[in-house]
Amino acid sequence: MKNQAVSFKSLLSSGTRSNNPTAASPFSVMFRKEVAGIVHSWRFIVLIILIGLTFFGSMYVSLSNISKAMGNRQDPDHLFMYLKLLTTTDNTLPAFHVFISFLGPLLGISLGFDAINSEQNSGTLIRLMAQPIYRDNVLLAKFSASLFVIFSLLLSLSLLMIGGGLIITGVRMEPSEFLRIIGFVIVSTIYVGFWISLSILFSIKFKQAAASALTAIGIWMFFTIFYQLIINLVVKAFLPDPALLSQDEILSYNHLILTFLRFSPSQIYSDAVITLLMPSVRSLGPLTMEQMSGAIPAPLSLRDSLMVVWPQVTGLIAATLLCFALSYYLFMRKEIRT
Amino acid sequence: MENPIIELNGLSKSYGSLKAVDNLNLSVRKGEIFGLLGPNGAGKSTTILMMLGLTEPDSGKAVIAGHQADKNPIAVKKIVGYMPDSVGFYDNLTALENLIYIGKLNGIPESEIKQRAEEMLEDVGLGNDKHKKASAYSRGMKQRLGLADVLIKQPEIIILDEPTLGLDPSGVKDFLSLIRQMSRQQGLTVLLSSHHLHQVQQVCDRVGIFVGGKLLAQGDIDSLSGNLFTGEPYAINISLKKGSVLSGETKNVLLQLPSVKKIMPDEADSYNFYCEEDVTPDLVRACVQQGLDITGVQKKVYGLDEIYQKYFENNLKENVQNEKSGGFFQKSFIKRNKKQ
Repeated sequence: MKNQAVSFKSLLSSGTRSNNPTAASPFSVMFRKEVAGIVHSWRFIVLIILIGLTFFGSMYVSLSNISKAMGNRQDPDHLFMYLKLLTTTDNTLPAFHVFISFLGPLLGISLGFDAINSEQNSGTLIRLMAQPIYRDNVLLAKFSASLFVIFSLLLSLSLLMIGGGLIITGVRMEPSEFLRIIGFVIVSTIYVGFWISLSILFSIKFKQAAASALTAIGIWMFFTIFYQLIINLVVKAFLPDPALLSQDEILSYNHLILTFLRFSPSQIYSDAVITLLMPSVRSLGPLTMEQMSGAIPAPLSLRDSLMVVWPQVTGLIAATLLCFALSYYLFMRKEIRT
Repeated sequence: MENPIIELNGLSKSYGSLKAVDNLNLSVRKGEIFGLLGPNGAGKSTTILMMLGLTEPDSGKAVIAGHQADKNPIAVKKIVGYMPDSVGFYDNLTALENLIYIGKLNGIPESEIKQRAEEMLEDVGLGNDKHKKASAYSRGMKQRLGLADVLIKQPEIIILDEPTLGLDPSGVKDFLSLIRQMSRQQGLTVLLSSHHLHQVQQVCDRVGIFVGGKLLAQGDIDSLSGNLFTGEPYAINISLKKGSVLSGETKNVLLQLPSVKKIMPDEADSYNFYCEEDVTPDLVRACVQQGLDITGVQKKVYGLDEIYQKYFENNLKENVQNEKSGGFFQKSFIKRNKKQ
């Protein structure tokens, strides 16, 4: 009976607390603190300079080649000026999305690699845990704060590009073009989000920040450099000589190779982004002559492009969620004493 | 005990083969300052973490103000302020910002929070340093900030894990009197763990002695020494003039005195008399009558040091006995080999 009274009292007091409009929920408090922490940190300033430089570099290249690209009537996409701004290059510098597929992991790793272990080592984690907050809120606040910062960064860069393009050229923007660019920003954010959640996972697993950073960078290196090499080696060693195969067999082997290549997050990302930014891309695998016959080289509608990239986007989200769920599982059972 | 606010029942926790906490039963009344005393690695921190629901016990339960810690940790954390042994703050924030952050997490409304944090910093004596970065704080200041951090949520219970670790003696004194003052003013229940006996002795109403995951004894310091040194709770140390020896005859005469139980030689020319009651005057008189030249008389009061020592002695004795038996086997083994 006494216990009941006590719990009833606590229920009442918690009720009045949540009814109080001026008291923010612990999650939003932590979220704001994390965002402020990221924005004020030196590493973020360094990263923003890096991303800004690559952005303006690739914009400069594409702007100086834009008239050539717009005039190219062979290209069904030549009328999408703003998409061209993001993808045109004269091969002196890679396009911006290629930069992101390379630098995105670095961005994500640098935001997440010491998320938990640095707090644990400095003794703030246990103090935080002694407050009346749910454990998972800590993880969620850190992840979503990083994601929010990345999204704002990419969105503002893209809007900057759109605004700049508008002032320089004065070309009207198609709504579908705008939506494609927003789609590009969202897919890029998810891509970076995958690396954030992977590095948060390592920051829970490893006590030393250096160990978790190195492991995450190792995985990034593996996928950017060695993975394709290994696939090529395996293909050469195991698959029969293409000269001896029929067209159907070659096609099925090609599909198999592509499937394996798509285990790499950067491959998924570039597939998704290329389809979004180049409306004329209608398939990401090889097409047979029968499939191509009768097709007019014309840009796809936004909806069709989305249909093409949907598996990639789902894959990226699934990988991100998998890492996050794993870190959640590890964190909930973690001993947090220093 | 009436109305305990902290109640631990058969709490156990082991890490692998190491039993950190072994079937611990403990209760603390409301408004009391309880000291958890034990050497390093005795399981004090583990016990505290289990009280907060930060570590799951293997068996048993911890009930804090009616809430079971492992089932309902949020309710427990709302009313318990906890200061870990190595208290850390966000180095890139000022002391005030650190405090405000914790206040916000505890659901204090935005409108009150700044004022309350500033008052708190004044209370613990950091009013002039509130805009300094936490990284610039000294150990003692951090400890004070830790106390402010614990008190800002207006807890009913505060739990301090080794609060005096790394403080200089005057800092320890200030800090402990601050704790005592806060506890008495606001009727707080305080549980503090330490391996420093004198400090605990200064502030605690009751202490529990904790060795090897087991609570060996609990109670106030008087009753603890009473329990431990049953039979001869008083010891009187009498030093004699250099060169004089207590002969067996005199010893027997002195042992005739009521309540003198034991006479043990201490250092050179001094003897400890263990008694049931405080019979110092009678003893001195008797000694003088026996013609002994007394140069000094000292009555021993058992502090925590002695209590602590006694427990360790007991533990050591067990260990030594084990070792001895090992030695015995070895010896006989060697002998046998020699015979062959």
